[in-house]
Amino acid sequence: MLILLFWTFLKIGILSFGGGYAMIPAIEHEVESQGWMTAEQFADAVTLSGMAPGPLATNCAIYIGDWMLGLPGAAAALLGMVMPSSVLIVAVARFFFRIRTHRTVKSVFYGLRPVVAAMVVVAALRQGFTYFQQDWLTWKTAVSAGIFGFALLGLTRYRMHPLSVILLCALVGVAIYG
Amino acid sequence: MLPVLQREIVHRRNWLSEEEFAEVISVSGAAPGGVGVNASAFIGYKLGGTGGACAAVCGMILPAFVLVMILTIGFSSFKHYPKVNAALEGIQMAVLALIAFAGIRLIRSSVFDGATWSVFAAAAAALLFTGIHPLLIILLAVAGGLVLVAVKNRLHMAVRYEPKTRPLPENSTASSPKRYPEFEGYFGEGI
Repeated sequence: MLILLFWTFLKIGILSFGGGYAMIPAIEHEVESQGWMTAEQFADAVTLSGMAPGPLATNCAIYIGDWMLGLPGAAAALLGMVMPSSVLIVAVARFFFRIRTHRTVKSVFYGLRPVVAAMVVVAALRQGFTYFQQDWLTWKTAVSAGIFGFALLGLTRYRMHPLSVILLCALVGVAIYG
Repeated sequence: MLPVLQREIVHRRNWLSEEEFAEVISVSGAAPGGVGVNASAFIGYKLGGTGGACAAVCGMILPAFVLVMILTIGFSSFKHYPKVNAALEGIQMAVLALIAFAGIRLIRSSVFDGATWSVFAAAAAALLFTGIHPLLIILLAVAGGLVLVAVKNRLHMAVRYEPKTRPLPENSTASSPKRYPEFEGYFGEGI
């Protein structure tokens, strides 16, 4: 089981272009097809990982590893997630070529970057669906949609720091639902 | 997070020059994995070989590891309290907004012409409506990028790799404290 956890996150780690949010669909696919978590449990995992500092994908790996097997599971999942990219970076550092300006690399990213964007957008849509399908149109979901709208406005228009958005939403949550 | 890293590595400790740091960040951003972890592996390797890379990566991920464990324990023991649950409901929307915001920024910076719009739409549709493994879609995207550029070159179409008007995320934004720079914030780090 420990090896399966490590292997699962190793697979995701190798192809984790785009870092954190873009890997949510891949992690969700693995976790749900293996029957480790339900969609709601995964949504909780994303929320908790999003609160903590650090890239969401690694935090999510820690959370899921811990969920499955406690501390050793968390360590195995994290190692699987981080190892491939670190090894690759060290290999690149050895040769130290200008990877961004290389033409083939540019072509690869021409196709890759829109897909990374799609991954993140789909992750947001899925997370939203999972939340709002629990009960469709009640005053509570309407308030949640309002909180979401103001949080997004704060990020885009007023360029608020993510941490202050998280804290503010927590306070609003306590004030309204608590 | 990157401005903090730059201050520490370039100005305080003089481990790398300004140009070397920019190079490290561009490579780290392009490779799979989080920018922060990759950059720490790169810098660690440059300074102390394989051992240095291991030490730097461990230092980078240890705080997150400890914090996620604490949050997990806290979550499982306090989730019965209505106040905690209420806060989490709010935070859930905040995290959703953070992900949506990252998505909007990524669309702005990487979806800018017919070909990239098609790739974006196809990938989103495949993710939403089919059970294709997301990792397979990434592999297809790598091949797709190569094919698209080759076809465009064959048809003598100009290939733009970046959107037309793209503000420089470098020093101009990092120095002004009011704006939220492209990569800043270890919290909600999506890219």
